[in-house]
Amino acid sequence: MSSHIDRPAATRGGVLGWLQIHLPKIVLSPTLAITGVFVYGFIIWTTYLSFTKSRMFPVTKWEGISPHVKLWANPVWEKALENLAIFGILYIGIATVVGLILAVMLDQRIRQEGVIRTIYLYPMALSFIVTGTVWKWMLNPGLGLEKLMHDFGWASFKFDWIVNSDMAIYTVVIAGVWQSSGFVMAMFLAGLRAVDDEIIKAASIDGASQPIIYWKVIFPLMRPIFLSSFVVLSHLAIKSYDLVIALTGGGPGYSTALPATFMYSQTFTRNHIDIGSASAVMMLITVAAIMVPYLYSELKAQKGVRQ
Amino acid sequence: MASLQVNNVIKRFGDVEVLKGIDIDAQDGEFLVLVGPSGCGKSTLLNMIAGLDSITDGEVLIDGKVVNAVHPKDRDIAMVFQSYALYPNMTVEKNMAFGMEMRKIPKAERDKAVMSVAKLLQIEELLKRKPGQLSGGQRQRVAMGRALVRDPKIFLFDEPLSNLDAKLRVEMRTEIKKLHRRLGTTIVYVTHDQIEAMTLATRIAVMKDGILQQFATPQEIYDRPANVFVAGFMGSPPMNLIPAKIAKNGDGLSVEIATADERTLRLKLNGTGKGLSAHVGSDVLLGLRPEAITDLESSDSGGDIQEVECSVEVTEPTGPDMLAVLLLGGIEVVSRMRSSANVHMGEMTKFAVNMSKAVFFDTETEERI
Repeated sequence: MSSHIDRPAATRGGVLGWLQIHLPKIVLSPTLAITGVFVYGFIIWTTYLSFTKSRMFPVTKWEGISPHVKLWANPVWEKALENLAIFGILYIGIATVVGLILAVMLDQRIRQEGVIRTIYLYPMALSFIVTGTVWKWMLNPGLGLEKLMHDFGWASFKFDWIVNSDMAIYTVVIAGVWQSSGFVMAMFLAGLRAVDDEIIKAASIDGASQPIIYWKVIFPLMRPIFLSSFVVLSHLAIKSYDLVIALTGGGPGYSTALPATFMYSQTFTRNHIDIGSASAVMMLITVAAIMVPYLYSELKAQKGVRQ
Repeated sequence: MASLQVNNVIKRFGDVEVLKGIDIDAQDGEFLVLVGPSGCGKSTLLNMIAGLDSITDGEVLIDGKVVNAVHPKDRDIAMVFQSYALYPNMTVEKNMAFGMEMRKIPKAERDKAVMSVAKLLQIEELLKRKPGQLSGGQRQRVAMGRALVRDPKIFLFDEPLSNLDAKLRVEMRTEIKKLHRRLGTTIVYVTHDQIEAMTLATRIAVMKDGILQQFATPQEIYDRPANVFVAGFMGSPPMNLIPAKIAKNGDGLSVEIATADERTLRLKLNGTGKGLSAHVGSDVLLGLRPEAITDLESSDSGGDIQEVECSVEVTEPTGPDMLAVLLLGGIEVVSRMRSSANVHMGEMTKFAVNMSKAVFFDTETEERI
């Protein structure tokens, strides 16, 4: 299509004219090639490896579905999936609710809004490694919150989730929510600000109280933002790796293992590239199950607008 | 149905005074139009009547009761907004029923009220649709329906027609007037369009810079504008304002207009000049509506008609009538006459001026004399 539009330039002839038509393609082609090889190429390569007998090094001999069978028989993988379910649901749910509440409160035209907004947004600027490390210190019974309370004289205070294998996954949720809810807040705040003032006035004259105005009129208008924050948070949850590694290292034992940490340890420390690849394929399928319907509905909506 | 009083209402945002003591008194069943250029404070005043803006000083009374501290929902008012402000996530039906739902009116009663208003506004077939699927005119109807269905004491309209195209605007204007005649409810209507104000109102409040310029019936405002601003704002084309001098002429008075060639044009004042004796010898502005200056054949039959010879600069036929720009004395004035008038560009022609329609303004204060 672009060459069709640029055709008049070609009549100018010479090297310049040729460049004018082909420059965009020249500039874009390295990126395209790199993306093609390193993203899609390696997706295919990884998928292929998950059907081979690769151990420490990749081998190409076809093995069938046995790595997948082994994957699903592995108790650590089972635990990782269970953890992903707990972490994913709580992380997405709490971050959305907290973000929404923060946004609603900030929307009351309070003083120093800019400063407060920035403070809430800052955690998103940190890497998950930093977040994980800081929370590891704070939650460590020997030097964090528990020690602080003991020093204040509250000797019976106990908060040892991070070393408790039943509760450790919830500390990952805490750190994750802390990191992401500011970002969710920023998205909702933008949405709330875009609501027509007159609609709120109309609802107020109609006799709706402030909570009902939010619940019945404003929140339904936030539907696209709920959807995009769900998509962003869910793929962060599924990919989650660095947060767990920094916070708990997957432990105690393997009690906070997630699919991503499982994949890494199988592939690079336990010499099971085949099982690691199989788990990577599972993660890809999960992400795709969320993203494809989302992208499909987005593209359909855009097409609708253009018509 | 209710009366509305606004007593010396003042609104300040910080140090800025946007309303400087407004007094308005509307009877039960009146169609009150607030009109003025943008930034004159008319929408702020409406929001204060609705209770959406706080009142800095003064009182608003609905039905004789002070409502300054009453929440909008308890004032028994309904409002139609410029952007229509329909709830996008609800169907038309739910939009209209929302106010009643909030007031815990039973479902059967709500449905009945919605149906009867929908029938009145001919939007029955839209009830199941969402606002996004409606055209501008349909949204406008739904917004009115939402206000009507509650059967409030007072309707407030905030520039409800300004987002419609010209043709639809005229249609809806007529419809609103019909509705008012049918329901007889008090209406307060904000607009910047002087034609809407003239056609709809029983009384008009003309505002500028937070000050009420004139509060009177449309005819009064048209014929006897309180000051130069009102004279220029109401009416299209606006009133001609001609610099002139009052002089003694035998027993009576006359008004003298300087012409380009340093002669003076003299118009006798028979009867109209009663209050003017104090202004003899001083400069005034002579105000004449375009239709008070016509060709001789179509001059008004009654009144104090005087003949003046003017040169015709431009003629602008509009279809139903003809506008002509004339040189009256030294300055250009607009006159309006029948489209068949025998007037041609560049000719000297005699025109009839209806001096009984003339008004005079003080050049200093710009107030009417």
